[in-house]
Amino acid sequence: MSEAVSNMHVATGFNQPRSFRIARTLRQILSTPLGAIGVVLVTLIVLVAALAPWIAPYSPTAISVTDRLAGPSAAHWLGTDQLGRDLFTRVILGTRTAMTVALVSLTAALAAAIPLGLIAGYGPRWLDGLLVLVFDSLSSLPMIMFGLAIVVLLGPGVSTVILVIVAYSVPSYARLVRAQTLSLKARDFIRAEQVMNASNLRILFVHLLPNVVGPLLILACLDLSTVITLEAGLSFLGLGVKPQVPSWGNILSDGFSVIRNTPVPVLVGSIPIVLATIGFTFFGEALRDALDPKLATEKSA
Amino acid sequence: MTKRTPILEAHGLGITVGTGGGVFSAGRKLDIVVDVSLSLRPGKIVCVVGESGSGKTTLGMALVGLTPPTTGEIIFDGTPLRDFSKTSFRPVREETALLFQDPASSFNPRQRIGDILAEPRRIAGNGATTSEAIASLAQLAGLPSSLLARFPHALSGGQARRAAVARALAVVPRLIVADEPTAGLDVSVQGGVMNLFLDIREKHDTAFLIITHNLAVARHISDELVIMYLGRVVESGPTAEIFRNPQHPYTKALLDSEPVPDPRHRRSEPPVIGEVPSIFARPSGCEFHERCRFAQDLCRSQAPQETAGANSQRVRCHFPIGEAVGEPALAIA
Repeated sequence: MSEAVSNMHVATGFNQPRSFRIARTLRQILSTPLGAIGVVLVTLIVLVAALAPWIAPYSPTAISVTDRLAGPSAAHWLGTDQLGRDLFTRVILGTRTAMTVALVSLTAALAAAIPLGLIAGYGPRWLDGLLVLVFDSLSSLPMIMFGLAIVVLLGPGVSTVILVIVAYSVPSYARLVRAQTLSLKARDFIRAEQVMNASNLRILFVHLLPNVVGPLLILACLDLSTVITLEAGLSFLGLGVKPQVPSWGNILSDGFSVIRNTPVPVLVGSIPIVLATIGFTFFGEALRDALDPKLATEKSA
Repeated sequence: MTKRTPILEAHGLGITVGTGGGVFSAGRKLDIVVDVSLSLRPGKIVCVVGESGSGKTTLGMALVGLTPPTTGEIIFDGTPLRDFSKTSFRPVREETALLFQDPASSFNPRQRIGDILAEPRRIAGNGATTSEAIASLAQLAGLPSSLLARFPHALSGGQARRAAVARALAVVPRLIVADEPTAGLDVSVQGGVMNLFLDIREKHDTAFLIITHNLAVARHISDELVIMYLGRVVESGPTAEIFRNPQHPYTKALLDSEPVPDPRHRRSEPPVIGEVPSIFARPSGCEFHERCRFAQDLCRSQAPQETAGANSQRVRCHFPIGEAVGEPALAIA
């Protein structure tokens, strides 16, 4: 299979260099105000996540009983939680947890959903029926119950959260890919490929995939924010990452228990969730517009 | 003229599709194409002519296996196809290029024209795909190489048509099946495309099957005509003969419906009465009898067989129109 795929040369002299195309796409995203906000927020979040250990002033687990529930100050910019841990540190390292969970689980989900959806849409009917049955069964399970069951089986932790998210999002992506494939495979350009004796692999990955990826990208970008809130939600319920691991959900969960004393921890935990949601949503929408060749030329014309 | 082995022959081809139907109903069987035979020889241009819904596009699609036939036989280059599976059609597809009715829709919207033109060579694994090679391929079809970096939606109708022809020429085909190659083009561009076809034929001895309802095009370009009505061939034969002396009343009506470029010309009576019957309810006997001005009792009860008419034409009619066009028609009417 790898040999067959490597035989599918697609790059040619008619394409501009890849770097040039990425630069143009980025310029197009930045040209809209919402896209620009999205890019700034996404860059900020990614940078913070990548550089977290170097930015964080304290250790995320350093407990200082004398400083517990302190308000914002020069020493603790965002104050401390009920154990006296520095909230700024925990938010920054929580960003890292959130991004790791989101990126790993979405990448894994897409990697599984794209082939499954393409096969369901383009393959034989019985296989389609079988796969749709599996997708529908999976997505009919209540998310929280499903998560609980898996946590009970495997114990809480980052990898469990990722597994829950993957199992939960694969059906919805695969169904989107399948629907797109079904509508595309009756189109003339796919029939033209069939008449040219193109192999199924070529039709699937060179012709169907690029036409499916656009809507999928935007959905994934929009879902990135859902996944971040999902991780936070699971952690809030104690089903996600372990309590000592810094995560936005854990900050919220800890802050909630002391909300009668101070609202600061809850606010500190929720603001990054809001910013991440907005950022990835705007970025995803701008990316979709920039990747559509029709919209792109209409704008530049 | 020596008779050479046909590239593609079809015998008694029938295409039936199931429609409707669900858990509680059987659905209906629709005969789109019934008992069609034709033969495409190298360097010959055959036009399939008929109204919308006569099954001509389905016939074209069947010959390359996109709508697999349900009955009949296809003989490709002297070898009959074992069955109508994808694998059996592989050799046919290797030598055949299909031009879709809407060329723009036959291009991957996310590929540039250059890549689209290179596609057949990449699939076949031979032929140069450098930008120079593709530019010269585009040149053959009269497509400016400046368009190669464009996406399909940026092309005009005529440019898209030329791009489709250029793609068809990428791996020189022995047969080109063209579905309405002049649809949506203005007359000068139509002429350009037709001359392009004639050039290709001249250079590569390519056979053409052109599906069209444009009689002017058929008359100008084709060597043979196949007239279809409700999925059946009602008349076939050399183009010149059929235009000079149509034998089937439907053919005559079709030819008479062509506008005459003379402002003083007045049409005496409508060439055909009524509407095309639905293929859901095929008329008994000869399927054209309801609209035929010459129909008699025999036509209503019994379907005519295909017979050899005058001048190497084949006609499916109980009472073919004779050599003297017009006179018996008036007498019977």
